[in-house]
Amino acid sequence: MTPAQDIGQGIALSGVGLRKSYRGRRALDVDRVDIPAGQALALLGPSGSGKSTLLAILGLLMRPDAGRVLLGGEDVSCRDRYARLRMAAVFQRPYLFKGTVADNVAYGLKLRSVRASERGRRVAEALQHVGLAEMGSRSALTLSGGEAQRVALARALVLRPDVLLLDEPLASLDPLEKGRLAREFARILAAEAVTTLYVTHDQDEAMVVAPLLAIMRGGRLVASGPTDEVASVHDDEWTASFFGMGAPLKGVVGACEEGLARIVCEGVEVFAVAECREGERVSLGIRPEDVLLFEAGAEMPHSTARNRLPCVVESVTARGATYSVVVESGGVRLAAAVSRAAVADLGLAPGIPAVAVFKATAVRVRPVWDNVSTRS
Amino acid sequence: MGVFIDAIREAAGMLSSGALDVREIVGTSLKVSLLATLIGLTIGIPAGFVLGGVRFFGRRALLVLASTGMGLPPVVVGLFVVMLLSRRGPLGTLQALYTTEAMVFAQVIIATPLIVAITAAAVASVPRDLRLQARSLGASRLQEAMLTLREARFGVAAAVAAGFGAIISEVGAVMMVGGNISGQTRVMTTAIVQEARKGHFGLALALGGVLLTLVLVVNVFLATHQHADDRYSR
Repeated sequence: MTPAQDIGQGIALSGVGLRKSYRGRRALDVDRVDIPAGQALALLGPSGSGKSTLLAILGLLMRPDAGRVLLGGEDVSCRDRYARLRMAAVFQRPYLFKGTVADNVAYGLKLRSVRASERGRRVAEALQHVGLAEMGSRSALTLSGGEAQRVALARALVLRPDVLLLDEPLASLDPLEKGRLAREFARILAAEAVTTLYVTHDQDEAMVVAPLLAIMRGGRLVASGPTDEVASVHDDEWTASFFGMGAPLKGVVGACEEGLARIVCEGVEVFAVAECREGERVSLGIRPEDVLLFEAGAEMPHSTARNRLPCVVESVTARGATYSVVVESGGVRLAAAVSRAAVADLGLAPGIPAVAVFKATAVRVRPVWDNVSTRS
Repeated sequence: MGVFIDAIREAAGMLSSGALDVREIVGTSLKVSLLATLIGLTIGIPAGFVLGGVRFFGRRALLVLASTGMGLPPVVVGLFVVMLLSRRGPLGTLQALYTTEAMVFAQVIIATPLIVAITAAAVASVPRDLRLQARSLGASRLQEAMLTLREARFGVAAAVAAGFGAIISEVGAVMMVGGNISGQTRVMTTAIVQEARKGHFGLALALGGVLLTLVLVVNVFLATHQHADDRYSR
């Protein structure tokens, strides 16, 4: 465990050695999690992985069985109301109170005894930020799901919290509204530069909203770091499968010249744009949407893609609008996101030979970590 | 039909002339029942909030007790209070039997379980996560409780109406503990019983009319208040 004084500059909120059990079942077991000031960290994981428990504990809404919460480097607890006044949360259901939209947004300001004139100005400003400038006098309980969630966000943002906690805020919306609001939330959070913990089970939402990502499974953090990297490069089967990838890839750098690395994975050579040392052990990641499949033996279209791997289809699984096609090439398993039409055109089925093509720039590389846990 | 027409004519005359008896009886009724409602609310709303909003061992048993209390027969309450305040009773030294204080005491016993049970149901219907939401915005425990009661205000208003309605219209308890003493403990319900027995249907009907109007006024007031709130509800 790391004492408070060791916390680096710029960490707004930390959890250290957090443990929580429900009826003897361990729900949370996190050694360390840090959220840098002014940044958004998305907490991603399947249902029951402990995300909301971690959020509630970090938000001082639930007492942990063990561990500490550090706000700005200082130990805080549920009883510390001053610390709670520095945070604000938005939950899956917006839980708007009876009254107008403006009454709802003003609720936290009233609790903080903000003067009426100041309150009115800040409420108007917050509603403007979330695109509801004209709706202040409307009844809060007659809004659509998306509007209600925006009011909930305005109600939290108007407090100018040091830390904003969002617990599956878009989970109850339809996919169209969800996508639209996720982009809007990302814009607002970036503009406000507020430290944010964003819990979701939706990978797309997490990737849109937060530049930092942590993955939870069974109450533990299994990976964390920059979103792009965490979503692409995996160290274990479960995380790779969670992201719809074939398998975690590891290799050794054969050569690296002018930013182009030749990496040997199993019996396959993969080219990647990366700065690394010859002989270095690295983890690799290739997002399924970056992998194209072609018919084996067919003439290839002109492309700058350096990686062309002859492969055999292992499985074809429907995933909504696309199929996840897992291919195997010299012991390396890759996943490709293929449209329904392409699956039919190429006749993709287990055992069919194909060629997997991807660019060197699509390969994410990082050194192998032996003990990956809570880097953020 | 003649008896009705005569009684209505007599009642109208008494009410329009503002007969002293009627005013005094109505005044005593209001004094006793409003005070009892106020005391019942002071005890019943916090107790209802705790029963409806806080989980603790024995909560269910207490809820069953409160619900049972809603059906307390006023004469049984009257009997209990008479025994308590009678000369040989544990509170006999207070010499409070046949006073308005004794009537208030009996009515508090009748109204409080009603207020507790209805408030508890109203508070329980407010989502617990709404309180979590308030806490996450910085609310203290007291502010959380106030918000919950605000959200449950329709139910709390119904508790007020039910409590007041039950005690202003009950006769058994006030008759037993008040004794229906003219100018002192005579209230509308006891007066109606007495005047009807004596065949003075006019006065009985006039008091009955006032009683119904009072209950109606309270309910119209609460309904209007709720209607004003409806603008901000689904």
